Amino acid sequence: MIYDPRVRGIVFQIVLVALLVAGIWWVVDNTIENLRRSNITTGFAFLRGRAGFDISDRLIEYSSDSSYGRALIVGVLNTAAVAAAGIVTATILGFLVGVGRLSNNWLIRKLATAYVELFRNIPPLLVILFWYQGVLALLPSVRDSVSLPLGSYLNNRGFYFPRFVWEQGAWLILAGLVTAVALSWYVARRARMRQMATGKQFPVLLTSIALIVGLPLLGFLISGLPVSIDFPQKGTFNLTGGMNVKPEFLSLYLALSFYTAAFIAEIVRAGIMGVPRGQTEAYSALGLRSNLGLRLVVIPQAMRIIIPPLTSQYLNLTKNSSLAVAIGYPDLYAIGGTILNQTGQAIEVVVIFMVVYLSISIITSILMNWFNTKMALKER
Amino acid sequence: MQEHDMSWVRTEMALAQAAPRSQVGFGAWVRKNLFSTPFDAALSLLAILALAWSVPHILNWLFLDAVWTGADRTACLTTEQGGQLPAGWSGACWPFVSGRFGQFMFGRYPLEERWRVVLTGILFIALLAPLLIPKVPYKGLNAILFFGVFPFVAFFLLVGGVFGLRYVETPLWGGLMVTLVISYVGIVVSLPLGILLAMGRRSKMPIVKLLSVIFIEAVRGVPLVTVLFMASFMLPLFVPPGMTFDKLLRALIGVALFASAYMAEVVRGGLQAIPKGQYEGADSLGLGYWQKMGFIIMPQALKLVIPGIVNTFIGMFKDTTLVLIISMFDLLGVVKQNISGDPTWATPQTAKTGYVFAAAIFWVFCFGMSRYSQYMERRLDTGHKR
Repeated sequence: MIYDPRVRGIVFQIVLVALLVAGIWWVVDNTIENLRRSNITTGFAFLRGRAGFDISDRLIEYSSDSSYGRALIVGVLNTAAVAAAGIVTATILGFLVGVGRLSNNWLIRKLATAYVELFRNIPPLLVILFWYQGVLALLPSVRDSVSLPLGSYLNNRGFYFPRFVWEQGAWLILAGLVTAVALSWYVARRARMRQMATGKQFPVLLTSIALIVGLPLLGFLISGLPVSIDFPQKGTFNLTGGMNVKPEFLSLYLALSFYTAAFIAEIVRAGIMGVPRGQTEAYSALGLRSNLGLRLVVIPQAMRIIIPPLTSQYLNLTKNSSLAVAIGYPDLYAIGGTILNQTGQAIEVVVIFMVVYLSISIITSILMNWFNTKMALKER
Repeated sequence: MQEHDMSWVRTEMALAQAAPRSQVGFGAWVRKNLFSTPFDAALSLLAILALAWSVPHILNWLFLDAVWTGADRTACLTTEQGGQLPAGWSGACWPFVSGRFGQFMFGRYPLEERWRVVLTGILFIALLAPLLIPKVPYKGLNAILFFGVFPFVAFFLLVGGVFGLRYVETPLWGGLMVTLVISYVGIVVSLPLGILLAMGRRSKMPIVKLLSVIFIEAVRGVPLVTVLFMASFMLPLFVPPGMTFDKLLRALIGVALFASAYMAEVVRGGLQAIPKGQYEGADSLGLGYWQKMGFIIMPQALKLVIPGIVNTFIGMFKDTTLVLIISMFDLLGVVKQNISGDPTWATPQTAKTGYVFAAAIFWVFCFGMSRYSQYMERRLDTGHKR
C-alpha cells in the first residue's frame, strides 16, 4: 500500500496542509504578540484619520486635513495616470521601433536595434533617476524658462502648457463628440454589413473623421465659442496659469515609456515575423497593394501573436510605476509608505497594496483576454 | 560525310561582362539600402540629420569635453559656478567616478578587508568561466563547486567572524558587490524553487496545485517593490519577539521568492511544450515520478526555455537595483547616495556622469548574459525546430 501513488499523494498533501497550518498559526501568533507589544490596533479604522501630509501631484481635491483613505485614492489615481500615459506612449514608440527593426532601410534598422539593445539592458530605476537628476534637474530655473512653441514653457519645475477653459455651454462640444463617436461606430457596422451583403465599399474612415471633427466643431460654433485658452504667464518667481506637469511625473513617464517600448518593439517584431512569408506572397498574387495587404492580411495575423505578451508588458509597466517612490512622485506605493510610517499599520497597508495591484492586474488581463478572443483565429 | 558550314557557331567564349554599375559597389548599396523609395530616402535623411546632430554632442560630452583629472568638485565647475572651465561648458566629470570607484565596487566595506571581496570575486570568475565554456571538461565537479561549495566559502570570506577574519556586518556592504551577491543568491535559489513550483502547478494533487497557483499568481501580481517592502517590514512581525533578521537577508528572501514565481511560469511553459508521449514513454519504462522528471522531462523542458530562464536572470539582475528603495546600497544605490548626499562632488554634471557609468556596467552584464544565452541556444539546438 505504501507504494500506491494515490495513497502517497494523499499522505503527502495531508502532511503539507498540516505543516502549512502550523506555519500560519505560528506566524499569526507571533504577529499578534508583536502588535500587542507595540500597541498597534489592527483594522482599517485608521483610514478615516486625518492624514496631515501634503501631496504635490493630485488629480482630485486633497489637503492635509483629508483622511488617509482619500490620500490612498489620490495615490491610486496617480498610479493609474502615469500607467495610462506610459502605456499609450510605449505602445506607439514600441510599434514604430519594432517595424523599424524590420525595415528595408539599413540605417533605420540599425538605429532601431541599437535602441532596443540599449534600453532593454539597463535597469528602469536607473533610467528614471537619470531623467530626474541628470536631465530635468539641470533645466533652467523659472526665471530663464525655455520657451517652446504654442506658448508652453519648460523649466526645472516641470512642463507648462496652455489649458482650455470650458465656459458656459461647452457641454454641447462634448455632446457633439459623444454623438460623433457613436455615429461612426454605427456607420462602420452598417458599412461592414453592406460590404458583406453586396460587396460595395463605403468610405468609413473619411466619414468618421468628418463626423468626429465636424460635430464638436458645430457644437462649438452653435454655443457661441465658449472655449478660451489660458496661457501660462511668466512671473518673477513662478509661472501662473496653464497646466503644469511636474518633473517627477515627466521622468517617471519618460523612463517607463522608453524602457517598455524596447520590449514592445521585440514583441511586435516577433509578431510580424511570425506571419508566414506565404501570406505576403499570397496577397501580392491576389493583386493587393502592399499597404492594403499589410492592413488586411499581415497585421490581423500578427496581432494574434502580439497581444498576449503585450498584455504582460502593460502589467509590467503598471507595476514598474511603483518605482515612483525613488523620486518622490506620490503614487499608491509612496503614499502607502508614508501612511505606514505615520501609523505603523504594516499589515493593512500591505493588504491594500496587494488588493489594488492585483485588481489592476486582473482587470487588465480580463480586458486583454476579451480583446484577444475578439482577435483570435475564428475557426469555422 | 557531309561537311557542315559551322560559321554561325562561335568558336571562342564571349568575354564576361562586368556586372551593371547600378548593381555593385558602394553607390548601389547606398541606393538599395538607404534610398530605394522616396519615403525611404526621407527617412534616411532624417536619421542622418539626427545622427549628425546627436553623435558629436554625445562623443564630446563623453570624451572630448570631459574632465579626466581632479581632486574635488572645482575641477568640474564653470567660471560662473566657481570653477575654471569656460562658461556654458558641459561634459562628463570622470574624476568623480575614479575618486569614488572603491565605494562603487565595495560600498563601505573596510579598506583593509577589501582583499576578501576581491578574492571572492576571483574565485567566482575562476569557477564560472570554465562552466560557461563548453570545451572545458569536469563540468559536474565544476558545477558542484560553483553551486554547492562556493556559497559557503563566499559567505565566510565576506561575512568573516571565523578563522581570524574580522566580522564585517552587512550594513557596511555596498556597491557592485551587493548587486552581484543578491543576483547570485537569487539565481541559485530561484531556479530549483521555480522548477518545484512549476511541477507543483502541474501536479495532480489538488492541494499542492492550489497552493502553487496561489503563490505564483500572488507574487506575480504585485510589484517587486511591494514584495521587498513586505520582506523588510512584515518579516520582523512574523517571527517571535527578539529574533531579528539581517536587512540584506530580508532583501535576499524577497528577491529569491519573487524570482522563483517568474521562473516557475517560464519552466511551466517548457513543461507544457513536451509532448504527452514523453511522459507516457517514461511511465512505460517503469520510472517513478522523480526519475521521470529528472531524466526525461526536465532536460528537454529546460533546454526549450533557456531564453526565458536567462531573461528572468537578466530581469532579476536589473531588479536588484530596487533594494535602493528599502535603503540598501547596491551599485545604483551607492551612485545615487554619492550624487545627492556628498557635497565633495556636487556639480551639475555629477549626476549624469554617475548614472552613465552605472548604466554602462549594468548594460555590459545584461548584454553579456543575453548574448551568451543566444549562443547556448544555438549550441543546444538539436534541430527539432521547424
